[in-house]
Amino acid sequence: MCGNEALAEAAIIAGVDAYFGYPITPQNEITAYMSRRMPEQGRVFVQCESELAAINMVFGASATGKRAMTTSSSPGISLMQEGISYLAGAELPAVVVNVMRGGPGLGNIAPSQGDYFQATRGGGHGDYRTIVLGPSSVQELVDCMPLAFDLADQYRMTVLVLADGILGQMMAPVVLEKKPGRNLPAKDWALTGADAREQHIVRSLWLQDGVLEDLNYKLQKKYQQVQKNEVLCEQFAVDDAEIVVVAYGVAARIVRSAVNKARQRGIRAGWIRPLTLWPFPTEQISDAAEEFRLFLTVEMSLGQMVEDVRLAVAGRAPVVFYGRPAGGVPTVEEILEKIRQCSIPENRRLHRRLPI
Amino acid sequence: MKTVFERTPTFKNRPTHYCPGCGHGIVHRLVAETIDELGIRGRTIGIAPVGCAVLAYDYLDVDMVEVAHGRAPAVATGMKRTNPDKIIFSYQGDGDLAAIGTGEIVHAAHRGEQITVIFINNAVFGMTGGQMAPTTILGQVTTTTQQGRQAVGDGHPLQVAELLAALPGAIYIERCSVHSPQLIRKAKKAITHAFGLQLENAQGLSLVEILSPCPTNWRMTPIKAIEWMEKEMTTVFTLGRIKG
Repeated sequence: MCGNEALAEAAIIAGVDAYFGYPITPQNEITAYMSRRMPEQGRVFVQCESELAAINMVFGASATGKRAMTTSSSPGISLMQEGISYLAGAELPAVVVNVMRGGPGLGNIAPSQGDYFQATRGGGHGDYRTIVLGPSSVQELVDCMPLAFDLADQYRMTVLVLADGILGQMMAPVVLEKKPGRNLPAKDWALTGADAREQHIVRSLWLQDGVLEDLNYKLQKKYQQVQKNEVLCEQFAVDDAEIVVVAYGVAARIVRSAVNKARQRGIRAGWIRPLTLWPFPTEQISDAAEEFRLFLTVEMSLGQMVEDVRLAVAGRAPVVFYGRPAGGVPTVEEILEKIRQCSIPENRRLHRRLPI
Repeated sequence: MKTVFERTPTFKNRPTHYCPGCGHGIVHRLVAETIDELGIRGRTIGIAPVGCAVLAYDYLDVDMVEVAHGRAPAVATGMKRTNPDKIIFSYQGDGDLAAIGTGEIVHAAHRGEQITVIFINNAVFGMTGGQMAPTTILGQVTTTTQQGRQAVGDGHPLQVAELLAALPGAIYIERCSVHSPQLIRKAKKAITHAFGLQLENAQGLSLVEILSPCPTNWRMTPIKAIEWMEKEMTTVFTLGRIKG
């Protein structure tokens, strides 16, 4: 299966009740797959008139307590930001998959990691967060789907799955199985009709003095819980490493090969791969920065996650960046060469004075 | 003694935030009465718009959601598709439905979503202070058409009911008004019919456009506002059943 179809099937296994989509490349396999499979399962598929409509249909289905999702690619995700902000304000769960493509603007349909800022900073208005997962293989993409739905329901938040054109299009064998999910709180807030009970209201407008401030403090507490409990990241050979390469998604796979080659050449390199991009593994990177090391961040962009790495390192070690934007995929050789340059003591001293 | 009128239970007993002479309160009551008369309070979900009626849930004692400006028909679609046994209605003004939300209402009607739309036309953006709406009539003075609306540049008033009636997915469209007791009774009948179609599982969207006074933003007394509706507004927006 290609990644797009695999994630669609994984969502079905995870119990998605409704899928709302709008065509955009490189994620069209998802809408096509869902248009066939969802009705087969007696579930809801709607091809919407726009991404604005899609995210608002998710909002509607979610408000009634159903598991709802939408998928799109970068320009479509930009259009959804209004809805994602409203979902945050109304504290509704939702799962959104972004199969990233090159930008800005219409850009191109090549794979990219250019939407990291939008995903982790919240592209919509207001003081809110979304949980962001950045899988690096088709199997991990599949495994992210039940996790995304559980996290969304547990915290009543939007969970963004950040894939890219490579993951979406890549053919790979995958294991698709139903695993036991989390114990989730009952959706006692859902709009199901006020049958012999008080009215339920799902809203995000709070005009009275101080009420919205209180709501924001409440949201912030929830976000802190997520930061405390839900960070996921993987590390390799960090303990004795002089150079720690930080990368996520498809870029992390290329980094893995480059680091292995560097080790073969006697360069003590390791890597840290965040799976949750928000909450970011700040603590893990901070711990690694205790020892004198150099951090190299590799992205398929011109440097977005590197800012989170710098915040975690907090000036205690040099942080170097290598990346290519909008369809440029760093090669193993390019990353290996960058690691080699970083391993030269004179260069490391230079980086220490001048963070690049 | 015989009771000739009482507040219907789904219409909450609370002070109104609407201005004197505003039509929203009347329409809220008609919706609440309809819900009670059809006995559907326990299976109805309402959608409040952005605009003066954003607080509709303070008056209507049913499950309600508040959504982004204009997006109610998309939200309603998400609700109805996942809950076909529920009665879903949106309550939208003319800024919400006829300006920013034209895409959503046209396509919800186009797909024939089984929802009911209560569309309030007061020819102006209310909550933001009386700007031109797509439904503002020619020559009408608003804060953004200070010389009166001009056909060239501002466009003619948008005839939402007629526009949507052209779509096969819209099965019932009626334009009503609430500027006289007789018309209020007619509006009630139209609202009841629209909800009834959803109860019967009729295959398509129903919309009741209701002309409603906004004396505050029209800079008129409530009495003058009613006269203006009779003389001006109803000549531009023809009352009656348009489809279905």
